[in-house]
Amino acid sequence: MNALIDILASAGLWAAVLRIATPLILGTLGALLSERAGVLNLGIEGIMTFGAMIGWLAVYNGADLWTGLLIAALGGAVFGLLLSVLTVTLGLSQHVSGLGVTLFASSFAYYAFRLMVPVAGTPPTVEPFQPIDIPGLSSIPFAGPAFFTQTAPTYVAIVLAIVLAYLISRTPVGLAIRMTGENPHAAEAQGINPMAIRYGAVIAGSALMGIGGAFLTLSAFNSFFPTMVQGRGWICIALVVFASWRPERALFGALLFAFFDAFQLRLQAVLSGVVPYQIFLMIPYLLSIAALAVMARRARVPQALMQPYRRGER
Amino acid sequence: MRFERREHRPTALVIATPLIAVIGALAVAGVLIALAGAPVLEAYWKILTGAFGSRLSATETLTRATPLILTGLAAAVAFRARLWNIGGEGQFYLGAIAVAAASAHLFAGLPSLVQIPLLFIIGAAAGMLLLLVPLWLRLRFSVDEVVTTLLLNFVALLFVSMLIDGVLKDPAAFGWPQSEAVDAAARLPKLLARSRLHIGLVTAIAIAFIIHFVQSRTVFGVQSRAAGLNPSGATFAGVPLARTLVIVAMISGGLAGLAGTIEVLGVKGYVTNDLSPGYGYSGIVVAMLANLNPLGVVLAALFTAVMFVGADGMSRSMGIPTYIADVTVALSLLSMLVAVFFTQYRIHR
Repeated sequence: MNALIDILASAGLWAAVLRIATPLILGTLGALLSERAGVLNLGIEGIMTFGAMIGWLAVYNGADLWTGLLIAALGGAVFGLLLSVLTVTLGLSQHVSGLGVTLFASSFAYYAFRLMVPVAGTPPTVEPFQPIDIPGLSSIPFAGPAFFTQTAPTYVAIVLAIVLAYLISRTPVGLAIRMTGENPHAAEAQGINPMAIRYGAVIAGSALMGIGGAFLTLSAFNSFFPTMVQGRGWICIALVVFASWRPERALFGALLFAFFDAFQLRLQAVLSGVVPYQIFLMIPYLLSIAALAVMARRARVPQALMQPYRRGER
Repeated sequence: MRFERREHRPTALVIATPLIAVIGALAVAGVLIALAGAPVLEAYWKILTGAFGSRLSATETLTRATPLILTGLAAAVAFRARLWNIGGEGQFYLGAIAVAAASAHLFAGLPSLVQIPLLFIIGAAAGMLLLLVPLWLRLRFSVDEVVTTLLLNFVALLFVSMLIDGVLKDPAAFGWPQSEAVDAAARLPKLLARSRLHIGLVTAIAIAFIIHFVQSRTVFGVQSRAAGLNPSGATFAGVPLARTLVIVAMISGGLAGLAGTIEVLGVKGYVTNDLSPGYGYSGIVVAMLANLNPLGVVLAALFTAVMFVGADGMSRSMGIPTYIADVTVALSLLSMLVAVFFTQYRIHR
């Protein structure tokens, strides 16, 4: 019991929560944006992998860190464009197209990485984002080291969640996105081009996923290795359902999820030898499944999600 | 520009679709090989000779195709009923670990003719169980099974990793996490001496024919298709939807579990963390390339095995990363999707 309290009372836990949450926030926001427009983006796992690789590669070759994130966003957007052609223009199965994009994006990322970076005993590293010191806030006892010693992209992700919540619920663009996701025929009758909205949402969402992946290689770690995304993309897809397709709840869901993850990592150290470490590693995936089971019926699904839209066809 | 549904689907076009898709994928992969600074045609030639150039490589290709046929069938059966089982990888590993445990501890000493069929049943049952969880979540809580099957892959792999690093660990493996070897009587007979090729290949092909028969000639075959094409219409026509999906899930999960079973009993004899180089995921591509046709799955699995085995040899001699095989296989899935679309629609100006 004392061990649990020690874990909860350590500033390190709370700092880790924000760090673990960041790629999840970005990925979840990206998936949420395209789902609100009616497109399920199962390319997420591969797009995050590609973003992690290309962002890292850019920095490794001399680009600065923000340029690395931008390139990761562009890389994600390219795969978003590919997914849009398949699911929006051709109206193909969003499940299979998304999985295809994941398989292609991740294997292409590994191929390019192997080609550009020679095999070495220790993986090459870059100088990652450093925690920024916020004058005043960072020196508050406990709260300072717990919440205000993050790297810049973490703050950007949190701000983005708020911006996206505003964009979706309070702006004309957001209304057009929501209409397209609920009823593209009605949207078209209002003079909105559902195809264009879906393209935009999927591409912008994929760019966010790319940044989420690049956070892993440019802030959380400093190198790229295959399979490093480890199902985070799929967890994001589950978080979208948990968040009922609302950005502010996605932020909360990602933080809650990251809290459990950070907590199990520390519990693992306390209970090592007693409980196999694999049990702890299973927790994030099992939690995601549990969250889906609890929320799936309650959440309001965008009505046209996974429905292809063809003009003049019902 | 818009798309117009074709009234007739020309048979020749339907048959040529996978070929067109594969050629398209190889063309894009060729660009990637050229970008790596290697001669493209020579690379293709090396892939072919790497996969078929010698007795050893040809048997290796067929050995690789065996689990792919089974995971491909697992995906094809499920997708036909629109049950999105993406959990083949986890089901594969669960089938593998179940038979490794059962053979070493439960059935050791039983004669082959008794033990092998028992192990097939146990391996298939393990795969089934893992797929019935997401199906239950879908029927009870309407949870999308794509995400749950994907997430369960990670859980299953960690579970296997825990067992082979714990209670099932082989004490004689110098500390490596691997399971104890299966009983000698549980090993599948070889098809050819001095090769790794085993009777699993024949079993897998036979299963493909059985599934083809079931799907085209039985009431259940029609029901599972109807459940996929139009669930509410099927219910209206008296198809027991939930029961059909449960049976489909048992077949699909069972086949993926059987793939793991046969891989353990036929090739390695024990389970490691890298028993499968993604057979579960490649099975999805195999199923789509075959247009969900069980007999087509056999050919699609062979193509995929050629790419993987051939690319291994090619990469060693030409310095192209082996990942080119994964890229080509993924690309062939995407190009197949597009090619199938154009057998159903034409461009109308």
